Amino acid sequence: MKTLRNLGVSIVAASALFGATTAMAEACETITLGAAISLTGKYATNGVHAKNGYEYAFQKIKEAGGVKIDGKCYNFSTIYYDDESKGDRGATLAERLINQDGVQYMLGPYSSGLTKAIAPVTEQYKIPMVEAEGASRSLFNKGYKYLFAVLSTSEQYLASAVALAAEQAEKEGKDPSSVKVAIAVENDPFSLDIRAGVLDDAEKFGMKVVLDEKLPRDLSDMSAILTKVKLLKPDVLIVSGHSKGAATAVRQIGEQRISTPMIAVTHCEAADVVGNFGKAANDILCSTQWAETLSYEDELFGTAAEYEAGFKEAFPEYTNKTVPYQVAQASAAVYVFKDAFERAGTLDKEAVRDAIAATELDTFYGKIKFSEAGNNIAKPMVLRQIQDGKYNVVAPSKFASHKLNWPRKAQ
Amino acid sequence: MDQIIGNIGLLFEFPIVNLKILLDGIMIGALFALAAYGLALVWGVMNVKNLAQGDFVIAGGYIAWTLDQNGIQPLLGIPAAFLVMWVIGWITYKLVIKRVIERDLFTSLLATFGLAIMFAQIMNLMFGSDTQSIQLDMPTLYFADGFIDVPMSKLVGVVTALSLAFAVILFMKRSRMGQAIRATAQDARAARVLGIDTDKVYSFTFSLNAAICGAAGAIIVMAWVIQPFYGITYSIRAFVIVTAAGLGNLPGVIAAGLGIGALEQYGSHIFGIGYQQAIAVLLLLLVLFIRLLQQRRKRQVLQ
Repeated sequence: MKTLRNLGVSIVAASALFGATTAMAEACETITLGAAISLTGKYATNGVHAKNGYEYAFQKIKEAGGVKIDGKCYNFSTIYYDDESKGDRGATLAERLINQDGVQYMLGPYSSGLTKAIAPVTEQYKIPMVEAEGASRSLFNKGYKYLFAVLSTSEQYLASAVALAAEQAEKEGKDPSSVKVAIAVENDPFSLDIRAGVLDDAEKFGMKVVLDEKLPRDLSDMSAILTKVKLLKPDVLIVSGHSKGAATAVRQIGEQRISTPMIAVTHCEAADVVGNFGKAANDILCSTQWAETLSYEDELFGTAAEYEAGFKEAFPEYTNKTVPYQVAQASAAVYVFKDAFERAGTLDKEAVRDAIAATELDTFYGKIKFSEAGNNIAKPMVLRQIQDGKYNVVAPSKFASHKLNWPRKAQ
Repeated sequence: MDQIIGNIGLLFEFPIVNLKILLDGIMIGALFALAAYGLALVWGVMNVKNLAQGDFVIAGGYIAWTLDQNGIQPLLGIPAAFLVMWVIGWITYKLVIKRVIERDLFTSLLATFGLAIMFAQIMNLMFGSDTQSIQLDMPTLYFADGFIDVPMSKLVGVVTALSLAFAVILFMKRSRMGQAIRATAQDARAARVLGIDTDKVYSFTFSLNAAICGAAGAIIVMAWVIQPFYGITYSIRAFVIVTAAGLGNLPGVIAAGLGIGALEQYGSHIFGIGYQQAIAVLLLLLVLFIRLLQQRRKRQVLQ
């Protein structure tokens, strides 16, 4: 009976395969990637963004005829596991993907913390991992050889705001060292990197840091900090605390009528500060890895704007939102794999690893070129300012589409 | 260290800051008090230490938020959250709490701890892990050259919280059910002998607790922000407050709530906001220590 059923299944499968082959003229084989990603838990929102980014890239690659390796064509498929936003779970799942599912190549999880948990495992088994969502610079000083990240590291996120403030001070005829900086960041690896980057740059200009506070993990009230900001009157206020930090900060900056001339925040888009707080968000600077208005492009996805339009078509739930950069960089990571496989011309993972390391790729997401340590050194961070409810690129000046509104007034 | 001294210096240099800190503290403290209030009831009457307290608060917030998303006036979210959470509280009682009342301390702690995890995860699946808030179209009042700001939304929240608290105090004092609850709290067996249906009293108390928490959450989402995993913040505060005020001392709970709110704000001004939670826990330790000293002579057997 069982054999009979199996026979039936294989006949069905064979005819399906036959149908597919005749339809596509050439059947592609499959390259299986593995990913432990946060589908539940505190990173679930961004975890799902990343997964959608991966899926969209697979779809585009399939439409474009797959990955061509040594004359044969392949498509990507992925085994996803839910890491529940927990590091230990992530590491266990990575082991399982490698040992039980026999995965040879990995895509990254969401967040620096999870990447940090998984990287030692992939390193041990010499499995190349291209990740798109872990930006902490501490990932790239451990000498990992199989870890590659397409995004800019986190100390660059808001450092450019300091440079921008110095530029403005010079325009006013003042010395950049007269600029006072206030920093409020969450006590996690990502935000502490941001703080380190800002401190480095502030020191370079000789600026004075008048306020330097750590935000608690479960932040819902930062009026104590903002009260001090009112008293100390800094020229730049830096806030980083993921979505919740951005939401709390923007809401209370509005309520307390904070009139700091320059306020820079991370995760504005993820917290949807414009939709939630409207006018209070005006003239706030937001750092981003990528924006759909940038002039990057590639063969697979087209321009950044075309990527956004195509993605919205494939995932209609994003229709009325800005596509977050977390999605774009996930797609870029898959693109790196495709490019590396084609250049390597083999499925051997060592050869693929070397091909990834030698990547020099122009993409819709920006230039990708890895340093020895595995981080992308070719793409700058972008600062956008919220002007009348729109995110407009104001720095770096090479890509700026709009002028900076300065000084910011209390709204 | 320099920063701490500098921060203390600011308090004297600009005396108005003290007023601002106190006001902020009282506004958040009133909501801590509300969450603690239900806990004092449940703890006192049923001897159940509800670790899911904060998650009830957040659930109430999400109920109000969902209504707001559907275009319903946010202030109506407060009674709505009260009612819906009443029902959820009742179901929780029938399914879980009922079975752990007579058991020892750890059973009820474990059961409510499980509830807390489950509530947080369910909310995460339903509403996503983003922070949410409701923006009321209300002005903000400014005093002292705009230095002190009192958003109307917070003012409305505090007034509602306090009136709800007094309504419950009156209810406990005056109504028949209130008397029954107090009688059960004093001696459940005696109450049963005298014809009080204690099971009904328990289910009523637990539902009332969930409802009060729900209302608190509906206020919080208007004045601050919520996230599925923020429940623990309110749970911890509620425990500190109830321990400080003592069981069955409802006016004491309000006073302790406002006090903790203000002390936390002072603490986070002086030591930095990162120590806010630490200050709450430190206060708990202090209170426990003082209590221990007070009761040194009065040895009792815990049941």
